[in-house]
Amino acid sequence: MGRYVIRRLLQMIPVFIGTTFLIFVMVYAVGDPVNAMFGDRAPDPATAAQLRHEFNLDKPVWQQYLLYMGKIFTGDFGNAFNGQPVIELIGNAFPITVRLAIVAIVFEIVIGLTLGVITGLRRGRPIDTGVLMLSLVVISIPTFVTGTVGQYLFGVKWGWIRPAVSPEAPVGELIFPGLVLALVSLAYVTRLTRTSIAENARADYVRTAVAKGLPRRRVTVRHLLRNSLIPVVTFLGTDVGNLMAGALVTERIFNIQGVGFQLWQGIVRQNSPTVVGFVTILVIVFLLANLLVDLLYAVLDPRIRYD
Amino acid sequence: MRGATRATWAVASAVAVALTATGCGGGGDGGGGGGGGSDEGVVRAFWTDPQNPVEPANTNEVQGGKVLDMTFRGLKRYNPETAKAENAMAQSIDTTDQQNFTVKLKPGWKFSDGTPVTANSFVDAWNYGALLTNKQINSYFFEYIEGYDKVHPEKGKPKAKKLSGLKVKDKNTFTVKLNQKFSLWPETLGYSAYAPLPKAFFKDRDAWLKKPIGNGPYKVDSYTKGQSMKLSRNKHYAGPDKPKNKGVELKVYTDQNTGYTDLQAGNLDVVDELPAGQLKNAKKDLDGRYINQPAGILQTISFPLYDKDWKGEKAEQIRRGLSMAIDREKVTEKIYHGTREPATDLTSPVLGPAGGYKQGLCGETCEYDPKKAKKMIEDAGGLPGGKITITSNVDTGSHRQWMEAVCNSINDTLGKNSACSVNPVPTFGEFRSDVTNKKMKGLFRTGWQMDYPLIQNFLQPLYYTDASSNDSHYSNKQVDKLMDEANESEEGAAIAKFQQAQKIILDEMPAIPLWYQNGNAGYSDRVSGVKLNPFSVPVFTDIKVK
Repeated sequence: MGRYVIRRLLQMIPVFIGTTFLIFVMVYAVGDPVNAMFGDRAPDPATAAQLRHEFNLDKPVWQQYLLYMGKIFTGDFGNAFNGQPVIELIGNAFPITVRLAIVAIVFEIVIGLTLGVITGLRRGRPIDTGVLMLSLVVISIPTFVTGTVGQYLFGVKWGWIRPAVSPEAPVGELIFPGLVLALVSLAYVTRLTRTSIAENARADYVRTAVAKGLPRRRVTVRHLLRNSLIPVVTFLGTDVGNLMAGALVTERIFNIQGVGFQLWQGIVRQNSPTVVGFVTILVIVFLLANLLVDLLYAVLDPRIRYD
Repeated sequence: MRGATRATWAVASAVAVALTATGCGGGGDGGGGGGGGSDEGVVRAFWTDPQNPVEPANTNEVQGGKVLDMTFRGLKRYNPETAKAENAMAQSIDTTDQQNFTVKLKPGWKFSDGTPVTANSFVDAWNYGALLTNKQINSYFFEYIEGYDKVHPEKGKPKAKKLSGLKVKDKNTFTVKLNQKFSLWPETLGYSAYAPLPKAFFKDRDAWLKKPIGNGPYKVDSYTKGQSMKLSRNKHYAGPDKPKNKGVELKVYTDQNTGYTDLQAGNLDVVDELPAGQLKNAKKDLDGRYINQPAGILQTISFPLYDKDWKGEKAEQIRRGLSMAIDREKVTEKIYHGTREPATDLTSPVLGPAGGYKQGLCGETCEYDPKKAKKMIEDAGGLPGGKITITSNVDTGSHRQWMEAVCNSINDTLGKNSACSVNPVPTFGEFRSDVTNKKMKGLFRTGWQMDYPLIQNFLQPLYYTDASSNDSHYSNKQVDKLMDEANESEEGAAIAKFQQAQKIILDEMPAIPLWYQNGNAGYSDRVSGVKLNPFSVPVFTDIKVK
């Protein structure tokens, strides 16, 4: 177990270096950020040269990358062009997005699993067909439509929520955006759980458990659900990363100053320190979430061992 | 089972760490959402994160400009309604030869930290802004002052630290020597790059940037980058335009649409960037609380006059023909819903007739006349290579839409579907690099947002030989001479000379004037007296909160 975790952690190093390098080169290839700082006007060459020197933009790309990585290992992620340290942006943005992602995941687990178990056990009944239809509708509507329509109805028309989340983004204000963000994944979780439950409901061990006279609730939760969760956990694990990186649309609609927004702004302003810094952290999040999923398998199914 | 138990522990502790790391912050900030009481009398306004640090010589866009307009007053101020430069901190600016100026300050002005504004506050600030090693984006504003080439050489290190043309005479007087005659120079001094800076700035710039100190009607109470800035009345303010509200809260929005929604929901009072998609309905949605007025912005498309295809007399006729092939009325109506006006000269209506704006100066060349346009282009041998492209970045604004519309108009005129096509460039930075490096082959987008409401600013930086923003690399000795003469003569005569030069430029058409851009804003029913100044920035001091 311990050795397995260490091996996985070591494997992350080349992945980490590769992804950061790719992102760095891509942001670099887009064009000269200093030009964009001057607006619609041709930059004054002397000032532009000074700025390029300050941000190391006058050096070849590989040298820029090495300088950048060297600094990252000392915890210095560089400065955004407005002078704010990227580490500060990261420190502000990640807690907000993690909070949003947790709200979304809770929705996915609570609503998605519940609906999945109910429909899985009542296959073919009206409630099953109803939920299936509903999940199809949810999956086919893009997030920005549910987001903006919901925002207008609940925020402007009926005034139940604040349309824009305040900069501190307390959990209370994130509930509606979290639900919007979770909707599509929630539908997937429902469908995955349903299929898995329906399959396992016919398994021998369930019949045995019922024959032993175990209470129905215990059969469903301890035996049936636990064995049906592996595909769902895999999905949720990768979704953690997706929710954090992909919250861009939801974050912009509800004015949440999280990771997605900072990334988007970094790209628009061609601010390589911001983009690479955030992506670096996201890469780590993805890698750790996958490791966590693999470890969870062992919890759910004792037959899986890593040593 | 043993393995499983250990794994459970590992997972559980990981989740616990994640929850404490993030959940904690959430609980602590719970009260941030409400807080209605302290908002009383305070204007809540839309803001986006300024691109550069907010300091006078380093801010060249509206969002940072908004803050500077509230926290600083320079020697002059542009009247929010007439755009005329009026004395603010200046008692008088005198000259006898249009080159040596004596500036006298009004006594008794103070910065919001209580320190006095003196001649040194200006001279030190200007020296700071001009010095190359300070990397200030607006450095070029000081280029007319003698000694600029020493503190800001085009190559290499600066040879001096201070502008030799600036001399402090006494506490409230300083003199300025320019490196050329420039009669309209005092009129440029309303721009925020010329603002004075307090001692605190030079003592500790980093601290100052976190909480700017100025001499304007408002002072900064708190500034959280990327989130909000709270401003209240500056009790030391000595100017006449004291705020009619208790303060202003600038709230950062990540998306214009969200700002607009918050305005409709009553959580925001002033939005000065309306999303393009809402312009059509804004007036109705907001019950008429909607402003649509000229801003000092002109959109043009320029020709690469350095390319052999666009040189010579025939090319000139084609350029004029293309201008007449564009149906400006229709494009502004369909795409911009009346928030752009077809252009008939190279300046802007904000200047007003007295300031040099002359409606219809372009004449029939800027009017849509498909028959004549087709004949002119065909007589001159047709488009070079049979087709043209219009190039621009397409990451912001609605550039792609209008370029397609303009192309359609040209194609209809010539009766050929493939005569004109759009050449999109993904980002603004890339587009600007190509323009600066003379890589354009066909037409390209050029826009001009004025630095100060003067006819000089719409012409000299763009059409004087080798001027800083002369992207088409237009050069005409007579135009240069007229501009030189204009800068040497008194104000009224200067404007006439600039108009003469403009007429020549329009005849040769290095750039096709497209339309004047308007400034737009919407406001809530909680406030009144909202208006925009010539730079499309809301005049916050005049806003009253009910």
